[in-house]
Amino acid sequence: MNHPSILWEETVWPGASWSHVLKRGTALRITDIEGGANVGALFYNFECPVERYNMPDTLKAQHIARLTKGFVLYSDMGRILCSMVEDTVGWHDPIGGCSNAALVTSKYGDARYQEHRNECHQNGRDSFLVEMSKWGLGPRDLTSNVNFFSRVDVTADGSMSYHAGNSAPGSYVELRAEMNVLTILNTCQHPLDPNPEYAPKPVVLSVRHAPPVQPDDPCRLSRPENGRGFTLTERYFL
Amino acid sequence: MSEARTIESKLDPKSASYRHVIPAGEPWIHEIRRGQYFRIVDLNGNQAVDTLFYNAHDYADRYSAQDTIRSQANLYLTTGTRLMSTAGTVLLTIVADTCGRHDTLGGACANESNMVRYAIEKRHMHACRSSFLKGVLDWDHGMTKRDIANNINFFMNVPVTPEGKLTFEDGISEAGRYVEMRAEMDVLALISNCPQLNNPCNAYDPTPVEVLIWNAPIRDAVISVAPEN
Repeated sequence: MNHPSILWEETVWPGASWSHVLKRGTALRITDIEGGANVGALFYNFECPVERYNMPDTLKAQHIARLTKGFVLYSDMGRILCSMVEDTVGWHDPIGGCSNAALVTSKYGDARYQEHRNECHQNGRDSFLVEMSKWGLGPRDLTSNVNFFSRVDVTADGSMSYHAGNSAPGSYVELRAEMNVLTILNTCQHPLDPNPEYAPKPVVLSVRHAPPVQPDDPCRLSRPENGRGFTLTERYFL
Repeated sequence: MSEARTIESKLDPKSASYRHVIPAGEPWIHEIRRGQYFRIVDLNGNQAVDTLFYNAHDYADRYSAQDTIRSQANLYLTTGTRLMSTAGTVLLTIVADTCGRHDTLGGACANESNMVRYAIEKRHMHACRSSFLKGVLDWDHGMTKRDIANNINFFMNVPVTPEGKLTFEDGISEAGRYVEMRAEMDVLALISNCPQLNNPCNAYDPTPVEVLIWNAPIRDAVISVAPEN
């Protein structure tokens, strides 16, 4: 991680939250250091947070139900919040959603701070809402989230199941910010993870400068829709 | 592809307390009380009915596509599906369905998403999310774009493949097919009867749908649901 373009690096602890305004022209690398991590993520246009990541627009513009290198994350205003410029995993889950307090208690039991200190149980929904509140956002701003490093398999009849072992130790994904993107993350376990143990994993974040997007950028060329998405995003800054 | 399961209702449209035809391209917003039954009829076939539900006493608590599919561990909505809210409560339960399968991943069309999906010159074309906004503005209870969540597409067929592709297939609905729900709490329903002319979700011909509400059930339908996890 000694690359000269790295601006800083930090660890998000198991079950912890993080937020930052990822600036246009920078990229965030998330590394699953131990393997088996889950990073729940939401994205907003920092200047106008009513514009936010839109799961259906992201999926239908690219005809996908998984996320990997070459795909982009769309806002609900036809613009690209982030591009996935690197990925060693191959499948990140856009559909499984997040856990909530009732689910975590039913799966893992109660573990309060009083007895467990910073190993107390956290859940995805409350973690999102607390971190969002720091930026003035609330329950009306909660929307469908991405789960990086996790995979949910779907059969022809629509049955969903958690795909164990999707992310090996050292796996990483890199998101290039195409706008100034308020990024809300937590490392709570995936809601469909059948592991009976409360065992969230840490991830390492690193932020670097990213060169301007070129006409032959793979994310721009991966779909004709994405070419239009980049055009509309560039117009926003004109 | 497995065969969709269809379940008919015993409720008679003649005994409904409310009936309304929503023309193509129009919004509809209406409260449905706990215990009432709510039916949407695809009058002409293969019409996409973009639908959102809210806790009628707290609009911040609203339909959640991800919680709904995650809690039943299945992508498709049909009889037995409990429509979950962001707070983890059941808004409505689907109790009858003669179509067999409904989508909640495809979302709603918007002027902006049409520009991405089809052509930048398509901005002017009428779209569901504008209808949703017109609906909540007319309702005049302080709802805004923040309240336009990821919706249900009743009667729309959006299969996901095991390889992770999202495909838009021809509809599986036909004229007269319906989906019926029982409200498990007081809810606010918001519909955009989809005006999309750029893809086959409406067979390129948006058509009216009918909504019906019954006050008193004849009897509760016997349904089985996947356990909440």
